[in-house]
Amino acid sequence: MSLFAAAAEPAFVVPTLLLDISFLALLVVVAFAIVRMRSLFGIVMLQGVYSLVSAAWFVSLDAVDVAFTEAAVGAGVSTVLMLSAMLLADRKSTPVPMSRQFGALAVVVLAGAAMLYAVGDMSAYGDVNSPANAYVGMDYIAKTAEDIKIPNVVTAVLASYRGYDTFGETVVIFSAGLGVLLLLGLNGNSGRWVARPNGQVINDRSAPSAGLAQDLRSDEQRAEAET
Amino acid sequence: MSELFSQYNYVVVIILMMTGLYTVFASRNLIKKLAGLSVFQTSVFLLYITIGKVSGGQPPILIEDKGYGADKDGHALLDGPIQLAAGDGSYILPGPGTDVLYSNPLPHVLILTAIVVGVATLSIGLALTVRIREVYHTIEEDEIQNMDFVYNLEGTAD
Amino acid sequence: MSDPSHTSSETSEPILGRDPHVLLRVIAKFLIPLIALFGLYVQFHGDYGPGGGFQAGVILAASVILYALVFGLKAAKAAFPPRLIRYGMVLGVLLYGGTGVLSWILGGEFLNYSVLAHDASHGQHYGILAVELGVLVTVTTVMIAIFYAFGSRQPETSDEDW
Repeated sequence: MSLFAAAAEPAFVVPTLLLDISFLALLVVVAFAIVRMRSLFGIVMLQGVYSLVSAAWFVSLDAVDVAFTEAAVGAGVSTVLMLSAMLLADRKSTPVPMSRQFGALAVVVLAGAAMLYAVGDMSAYGDVNSPANAYVGMDYIAKTAEDIKIPNVVTAVLASYRGYDTFGETVVIFSAGLGVLLLLGLNGNSGRWVARPNGQVINDRSAPSAGLAQDLRSDEQRAEAET
Repeated sequence: MSELFSQYNYVVVIILMMTGLYTVFASRNLIKKLAGLSVFQTSVFLLYITIGKVSGGQPPILIEDKGYGADKDGHALLDGPIQLAAGDGSYILPGPGTDVLYSNPLPHVLILTAIVVGVATLSIGLALTVRIREVYHTIEEDEIQNMDFVYNLEGTAD
Repeated sequence: MSDPSHTSSETSEPILGRDPHVLLRVIAKFLIPLIALFGLYVQFHGDYGPGGGFQAGVILAASVILYALVFGLKAAKAAFPPRLIRYGMVLGVLLYGGTGVLSWILGGEFLNYSVLAHDASHGQHYGILAVELGVLVTVTTVMIAIFYAFGSRQPETSDEDW
């Protein structure tokens, strides 16, 4: 692209390089710690740390909108959700025997090797003229200034040029919320309804009871005891 | 080797992705699996965003052209208070005249929505985990499978 | 929620010892309005800086979640009733879809905001505003709904220490 020839710079700017490498090192350390750790509380917290560090790196990668979202969603809301789910579930994960990990390790190493083999075909990090950066993304920048006239290109593309996508995402979020409400209930008592056939009115205030779960447990234990 | 060094971001991101995937595959605990899935997901976001990075670029928020031009580093010369109203004024775009470079906004848009959808799907997974825990009293996958096996044997015996 | 004067007044600790979370409560009371205000700023400044409906929705939900974490779920449900969630979730999606249908009725394609005003770029501004508002409402209410669902689920076995 001769258009950008004047603006072409060497691919490495040293301060950014140091920043990138330290962020990547932090991410690798945190990810490995998540694999090694067994306390679910630690895992959940480290997952939040991972999101926060990647949000910091997103700022360095010029993706300020993404960094904003990742910090709010990944480090904030999803950590809170995982903590509250963990409180309802368990505190510790049992160790997996080494013999059961070889299969997973083999699959992961193979997939990683295949992807590393393909890395050679990618264009260099920060390349202005790479195929991903040359065409449609840059067109969006030029067109936004002309058509929509708002400075934030990401908002313009998100809400206008790719409005269909965002509509779909909104519907996905809506259905996910609906799914959680169906599974757990807005008042936390979904799935705990007890039908009483003798004319008793069951409404959402009288419904919560631990009886069903108790029954199921005894059922399971009975099944286990009989074998 | 020098190629690999100029693409070090992809190499590290692939390592991160595989670490997350390994957590999903190898761990038996459902919450740990979901945390691994979250790491995997965030690493994919990193992959996309690093592809869209333009070295020497700046965030894709257009600089308003107030007629003062830009200095030789590509920073717009602003004079007076920054005008926040959506002016019909033009913006400084990358081109022959200016040194302004914006990073690619397209991956940002794709990942922005993916993050929020990611937390929505994560919450579905967590809700399923909570329900599984209430019924099976464990969230370890192999124990659940053992119970299912026993239960199915019982069911066929009836 | 729980009145600090009720809890363990017989302890020999000085004033701070009566309610171990008094600092948390005071700071949260100061922070929560600021967080909500910042969420609105992010929403309406999203055209000019980083931000938009998704981020603002999550930040607004975070203010409610912080309120619930500090003051209890019951107080949060009094402040942001679950009834609103049922309407909000649907309203946001309908607002988004309705903007598309409106532009359809006015002669453009689905979600082509240029027909919403006389000037095409002004129409785009209005459309983006409406659509982001829809995203804001849906994301806020869904996030709060998910938190309410998890938070109010009673665990059967809460005897484990950790």
